[in-house]
Amino acid sequence: MTQHLLFNNIDEPGLDTLDVYRRRGGYGDRLRKALTMPPEALVEELKASGLRGRGGAGFSMGMKASFMPKGAMDKYLVCNADESEPGTFKDRELMQKNPHLLIEGMIIAAHAAGANRSFIFIRGEYDQQATILEAAVEEAKAAGLLGDNILGTDHSLELWVHRGAGAYICGEETGLLDSLEGKRGNPRLKPPFPANQGLYQGPTLINNVETLATVPIIVELGGAKYAEIGAEGSTGTKLISISGNVKRPGNYEIELGTPSREIIYGLAGGPPDGREIKLWFPGGSSSPVLTKDDLDLAYDFNTLAKAGTMLGSGAIIVVDDSNSVVDVALWTAQFYRHESCGKCTPCREGTNWTVKMLERIQTGLATPMDLDIMASVCENIIGNCLCVLGDAMAMPIGSMIRKFRGEFEEYIEAARERNPMVTDEPAPEQSLLQGALV
Amino acid sequence: MSMDVARFGHGSRVPGWDEAPELPKNPQEIPDPATTPVPEALRAEIEQHMAKYPDRRSAAIPALAAAQRLHGWCSPEAFRQVACVMRLTPAYLAAVATFYDMLDTRPVGRKRVYVCTNISCSLCGGRELLDKLADAVGDDTDVQVRGFECLGACDIAPMVSVDGVYVGPVADDEVDELARQIRDGDDPLPDKQLIRRRSVDPQANQ
Repeated sequence: MTQHLLFNNIDEPGLDTLDVYRRRGGYGDRLRKALTMPPEALVEELKASGLRGRGGAGFSMGMKASFMPKGAMDKYLVCNADESEPGTFKDRELMQKNPHLLIEGMIIAAHAAGANRSFIFIRGEYDQQATILEAAVEEAKAAGLLGDNILGTDHSLELWVHRGAGAYICGEETGLLDSLEGKRGNPRLKPPFPANQGLYQGPTLINNVETLATVPIIVELGGAKYAEIGAEGSTGTKLISISGNVKRPGNYEIELGTPSREIIYGLAGGPPDGREIKLWFPGGSSSPVLTKDDLDLAYDFNTLAKAGTMLGSGAIIVVDDSNSVVDVALWTAQFYRHESCGKCTPCREGTNWTVKMLERIQTGLATPMDLDIMASVCENIIGNCLCVLGDAMAMPIGSMIRKFRGEFEEYIEAARERNPMVTDEPAPEQSLLQGALV
Repeated sequence: MSMDVARFGHGSRVPGWDEAPELPKNPQEIPDPATTPVPEALRAEIEQHMAKYPDRRSAAIPALAAAQRLHGWCSPEAFRQVACVMRLTPAYLAAVATFYDMLDTRPVGRKRVYVCTNISCSLCGGRELLDKLADAVGDDTDVQVRGFECLGACDIAPMVSVDGVYVGPVADDEVDELARQIRDGDDPLPDKQLIRRRSVDPQANQ
């Protein structure tokens, strides 16, 4: 049985209120203990826990906190609750059902980072969740858990909930900061990293909801004890969002290192009867896809990285064999084309051209050479932009072409035969507008 | 539906390109409070947002969202009112608003219905649901039905967000009822609302 740290009794009635949360030990001894520890000791504890960021990049939370400069200045803590990676919906359930766990985590993390102002950047679509969070923040403020001199210590923290207005790119940390400053959410050039120059040019620590919500648990258990859970290099438990063609989609808490087959077939029930898995995204739509041959991989950061993909935000999307890989590729590419902010040319144009080529495949106007062009477009996006949005399209599309090339070619052939306009004679002259951005 | 491209005079994509510019007008001007009436409730809400942040510009998105709730969309008047309270130019606000999917800079229905068309929802019939729901709602100018990028509720795919209330999975035979509830402003499919859904993890409630 998996230890349930974040989802422990998650549906308890009234858990989103201060009374019930306190009865379960929230805002109690562990908060007092954390606030009386020196910040450096707290950072060491986080490092010892081996906690890696749960938002997608998987960077060590303790290391990130240790990059914050010392000294008296305005420092900020920002909670990234934008959660817009397709397939991810774990933070939503956590914030809706246990908002105080996140707030307590932010109080502790802000103490570790020396921050005295903090924001929760929640995506605008999560209207009901934002309302619950705002109510929880008000409750905590009224109880003296936010504001000046929390629990009689000299740690003070202001916390506000900021609602976004619908843009995937605002989940990227520097895009998020620009959006929080009231601008278009364009990513910034890095370095300088947010730990040096972030929000309002001040040092800023940015973490995902799940990462911050784990912090109180680490303080309670102790870093070394937490590090015993999970796998080597991927400690702890993780919330997994499973969706797509499975019988029981939803959020599950697993111990990192659990075999993928056990998650997809055991917890989520596998694909509908009579169907087989064709491909699955292990970490949101940005991760290179895996096939049914990869189901025995252990689900942790390092194993998936070795298999050429990534754990990302922990969102598994299962596609069964009733779907065409071309459709899945097109849906993926359409999303990134729509969400590209347009700042860097390889991403803006590359996502657009990939969609156009995939549409051409569907209408029967493509030839197998288009697959090579598409693969080269993807190669030219990776690593050439300010942020990884373009890479996030290029990686899964590239992996689909590599792993399902045969199916792509069959599809192209079948679509050409379906389309009466296509013959083996020279292609009809096309309008110059064909390639324009329309 | 979400892929529509707006066309203006002579098929151009640039609004107002064929109108003569008002040369004496200063484009940088911040609206004058004396000549720009702002509803009191809106002013209070914007000022409350501005007070939260070290830099007042951070309140731009919450302020525009508030103005949109009042006006139904980010109209030129909405931009002028927000700009007047925030002491920014309307052009700055327009530049911000056009970036975000939830802020509409064209007149649309006041009731915002988003149907998720991302991978997980498409696998479960989200795109067909969008077409069916748009047909069922019909030509109601008060309702905006549009495809939207991942709304973060793939566990209830295919799903719909009705003014922020998530419902799903929406079955084919529920589309007409949902359309009626949207038109009448009723609570959409109360049994299928996400907020009432319990965790599916069998060990989460032990």
